[in-house]
Amino acid sequence: MTALLERETAPAEAPRPGRGGLAGPLVKIALLGLVAGLAVWAAFPLIAERAWTGLAVLLAATAGLFYLYTGRRRVPAKYLVPGTLFLLVFQLFPVAYTAATAFTNFSDGHRGDKREAVVAIQTASVTRVPGSTEYALTVATTGDPATGPLTFLVTDPATRVVSAGTRDGLEELPAGDVTVNATGRVTAAAGYTLLNGGQASARSREITGLAVPTPGGAIRSQGLSRAYEGKAGRAYDAGCDCVRDTTTGRTWTADEEVGAFVAADGERLAQGWRVGVGLSNFTRLVTDAAIAGPFARTLIWNLIFALASTGGTFVLGLGCALALHSPRVRGRGLYRTLLVLPYAMPSFAMLLVWRDMFNTDFGLINNLFGLDVDWFGGAASARIAVILVQLWLGYPYMFLVATGALQAIPPELSEASRIDGASPWQSLKRVTLPLLLVALTPLLISSFAFNFNNFNAIYLTTDGAPFPADNPANGATDLLITYTYRLAFGGSGAEYGFAAAVSIFIFVIVAVISTVSFRRTRRQEEVYS
Amino acid sequence: MRIRTAGVVTALTLALAATGCSGGSDDPATPTSAAPAGAGGKLVIWGDDKRAAALKPFADRFGQENGVTVEVQAISKDQQTTFVTASQQGSGPDVMVGAHDWIGNLVQNGTIDPVQLTAAQQQGLAPNAVKAVTFNGQVYGVPYATENLALIRNTELAPEAPATMEDLVAQAKKLRAGKKASELLCLQVGQNGDAYHAYPLFSSAGGYLFGTAANGDYDKNDLGIAKPESIAAFQKIRALGEKGDGALKRSITVENSIATFTAGKCAYLVSGPWAVTDVKKAKIAYDISPVPGFAGAKPAQPFLGVQSFYVAAKGKNKALAQEFVTNYVTTPELAVALYQAEPRPPVLTAAYDQVKGADPDLAKFVEAGRNAVPLPAIPEMASVWDPFSKAESAVVGGADPKTALTAAAKTISGQIN
Repeated sequence: MTALLERETAPAEAPRPGRGGLAGPLVKIALLGLVAGLAVWAAFPLIAERAWTGLAVLLAATAGLFYLYTGRRRVPAKYLVPGTLFLLVFQLFPVAYTAATAFTNFSDGHRGDKREAVVAIQTASVTRVPGSTEYALTVATTGDPATGPLTFLVTDPATRVVSAGTRDGLEELPAGDVTVNATGRVTAAAGYTLLNGGQASARSREITGLAVPTPGGAIRSQGLSRAYEGKAGRAYDAGCDCVRDTTTGRTWTADEEVGAFVAADGERLAQGWRVGVGLSNFTRLVTDAAIAGPFARTLIWNLIFALASTGGTFVLGLGCALALHSPRVRGRGLYRTLLVLPYAMPSFAMLLVWRDMFNTDFGLINNLFGLDVDWFGGAASARIAVILVQLWLGYPYMFLVATGALQAIPPELSEASRIDGASPWQSLKRVTLPLLLVALTPLLISSFAFNFNNFNAIYLTTDGAPFPADNPANGATDLLITYTYRLAFGGSGAEYGFAAAVSIFIFVIVAVISTVSFRRTRRQEEVYS
Repeated sequence: MRIRTAGVVTALTLALAATGCSGGSDDPATPTSAAPAGAGGKLVIWGDDKRAAALKPFADRFGQENGVTVEVQAISKDQQTTFVTASQQGSGPDVMVGAHDWIGNLVQNGTIDPVQLTAAQQQGLAPNAVKAVTFNGQVYGVPYATENLALIRNTELAPEAPATMEDLVAQAKKLRAGKKASELLCLQVGQNGDAYHAYPLFSSAGGYLFGTAANGDYDKNDLGIAKPESIAAFQKIRALGEKGDGALKRSITVENSIATFTAGKCAYLVSGPWAVTDVKKAKIAYDISPVPGFAGAKPAQPFLGVQSFYVAAKGKNKALAQEFVTNYVTTPELAVALYQAEPRPPVLTAAYDQVKGADPDLAKFVEAGRNAVPLPAIPEMASVWDPFSKAESAVVGGADPKTALTAAAKTISGQIN
């Protein structure tokens, strides 16, 4: 985001030569014009969607911007407001949305509102009346093709009798008034204007919405050239707030607690809607034995993984950086380039390559060393394997930052310590490392937080394997994030509400760890600075 | 002066932020600003990359005939989720192309409508494909191609098609003893199992996933995974596994199974029509036969997958979408073009008859799929894949079938209810 800001604000440097001239006001007018233009552009869809709150926010934001930037005062606000708005849009809004979702049953089968569920149930229940005629259809109107009332001209393919169907019913047309082609479709009819494909498709919604009542049900269109007589098997009754089967009389009553229509015997209709479920997503996390059971084990491994990934890469990267820091090494540039190479490769591809290299029978590692290790088959070997991969992928980053920090430490310091009689090791331990850590600890903490939730590192290599035979849901290398991904999306479709609850939970864990570490760093900084 | 100019420039970013606010809801209304090229509006079709390219010329022709604009958009990944989410937001397509086992989930989310095919149209389609797209007694899509597993063998190494699994293992062991092939069978298992590829063996040995309800659909209340017959079936799979014959191995994965076969390291490959292109490219003499079952057991039943066209329930141009799906997709020319984009047997009998002469593999795949059962389209199937696959992987690695299947069944029923 900061990169974006920088990019966007960079052109501000351009008008500098025209200081005091016309360029400044012109740029200002152009940009405010752009703001107004964008606001208008964004307003139309909001109006069409009747999203009045969104529109109010948009208007308020635009008005605020004009007020702020047309005046000469409020200079600090001119700098603060953009950042604040971005913070709202890209940080706080997603967080608030996730938090709100965590209290709903938003999932497959519960995505829309109740009205949509009712429409879906009724539409899905329309079946063709057994033995009814399959009509050829021509869409026509008695008025203007774009606005006139719609009529279905339907032809019975057996008798070639044409009838005109409207909302009021079906009426046979005299044979002399209509011309019918070989496929049975009407090509001309007295008193009617036939709609061509384009005209008809422009009125698509009206055509699919038109049902011509018949004694057995209703004639509906199927596309633009066929019609069938269908009957809705299920209908919503607002009186009892239930769905009734028109043939069997069975009813499913709306249950606002679960967001579904439920029959007396507990059977649910598949099409449900989104409702608030309170804390139940959170209680499920704690009380469901299948989730809470392996939780502690997963958390411990997750911590080990994050620590080993961060610590291991740091030690390795620092070692390389120290080795190449000495001016006596020849060809340092070349070595540095080579060491940074893994960082330059896309980690997605590299993770997949590593997974194949650990294959028991065909993998490079077993073949090269003449081993027969079932790497991802045993818990310990799988864990070692994923940490090895992390080391390889992660040390170039640590090498880079450590090199940078080393170069920032004045050489006089280690020189002074040498003159005072310190051995190189003492000098490193007492002078260089503490100074390095002041600079690098925040990076280490963020690296820890990243690795704590390093979804790809597991998902693309072991995908949690190996799984004990008695629990296919939680594997030995599963991190909390891959484990909960499987719980929320691997099972019965996508469960966004539950996933949101879990991510809040993980957020709390990471936040606590990070806060504690930052506190400690601050103390350390106070000591050394 | 400079300060103020800089401030104004940030206004630009603010404006972007403001539009970002409305980003979620401005999609539905965009057509108002999109100038309609055809006077009558627009039909939007979503498919995967290959299908989208093959559809393009036909979509254009359909557009010209009807005086509308037709847009074909390729969705390269996660088509089902993308479709469901986009439909919910009102920015989805009018017509969706995809696999038939999505139907259960698409219906529970109210994203597709049933289609009404005439009796004549239905008769022109392969009956098992029509059965596959029928859900809760309604036809939900127009099928156009099927796919199922078969046994592809290297005829230089194995000239005769094995009649049973035991026969196959015996032949393969001879080849291995003669150093002609290092692997017995290329059937992908992978670290976390592969239920789709395991199913033919599972079904032959008598196991089942779901029972059948009265209306012919799968019955979610009859979960067969931990039943004695399924456990017995996994005993047979275990005997083929790493602690047994070694015909099934977790080291054979989705990435390397076809490559190992084309490298000549195994004589038998269990795979689908998608493998044939690679096999041909490797210039391997091959033949295709049904996946063999166990001796004295039921025939092996692979899963039948059916690619279909769906009418989106929340599409903006449903009448046109229905017209395209029910009356245009059912023409042989389109089915043949889709076959040429990716060679899978067309469902439309007329199209199948047209292409089978030029491609002998098609008839062999259809023959191998004679016993195939449609992939269960019920939403509950989503809960089955992962635990069942992992049970397979554990058992192939030598775990006790009863423990593995009982745990899988427990996980599955925990998710279904």
